[in-house]
Amino acid sequence: MSSSTLVAEPGTQEIVMTRVFDAPRDLVFRTMLDPQLIPKWWGPRRLATVVETMDVRPGGKWRYLQKDEAGNEFAFNGEYREVSPPDRVVSTFEFEGVPGHIAVDNVTLEEHDGQTTLTIRTVFASVEDRDGMLNSGMEGGATESHDRLAELLAEISGK
Amino acid sequence: MVQYQSLDRTFSALSDPTRRVILDRLGRGPASISDLAEPLDMTLTGMKKHVRILEDAHFVTTEKVGRTRVCRLGPAQHEGLPSGGREPLGELEAWMESFRQMWEERLDRLDDLLQDIKHQSPDNRHDS
Repeated sequence: MSSSTLVAEPGTQEIVMTRVFDAPRDLVFRTMLDPQLIPKWWGPRRLATVVETMDVRPGGKWRYLQKDEAGNEFAFNGEYREVSPPDRVVSTFEFEGVPGHIAVDNVTLEEHDGQTTLTIRTVFASVEDRDGMLNSGMEGGATESHDRLAELLAEISGK
Repeated sequence: MVQYQSLDRTFSALSDPTRRVILDRLGRGPASISDLAEPLDMTLTGMKKHVRILEDAHFVTTEKVGRTRVCRLGPAQHEGLPSGGREPLGELEAWMESFRQMWEERLDRLDDLLQDIKHQSPDNRHDS
């Protein structure tokens, strides 16, 4: 299922993701903040995620490690800034491979008819940080058309 | 690092609503600086500045024709560009796609997990 939507707001250096889950809000909230369950969803399937620290309270720290088959290790950490059950968590995110570049994730949960809409607003310190964190392949297709331009502009300007 | 700088330029070029209007307009065909400035009620100098930023980010190319400067969308003029010539929206799109995929996988897994938990405990265990 791919019901996520992503909206990038270039001027504010934010990215907003939303996703609807067929589950009550309490359950989504508890699941997302359960250290024992983090390894089951937080990382990509091809990597093993280990929770080293997860102190879910304002000012509490978290640190996760991910290992690939070749034994390479990637570490992520952050701090909880706000933990307000059942609908709001604000935490920071840092990839230790690119230290010092901290993003802030604002998670909001809304329940409607037994379904929960999860909204994650990620605020990056700069565009450079986004790329450093993601280490994404920039080998995007070199083709461009006016149609794609129009589509993308509509997407990023939230039309 | 070069990639980051160029992506940075891409985002900041697009961050301004006026520049998005300019791109939208140029998507319908070339226009002079004054063609662009008029509907927006802008000075020619102000418009030149915006066009310059879009030019630096490789969205737009300009060409002097007689006394006017004709602006058009850049990338479409460079089909068959050598591989070194990256197009700004290609990069932006690739970056957004990789971010989307990361979250997509994470949230797919969370979804699976929530369904498992729900099935294990039909009353959704409001305690815990």
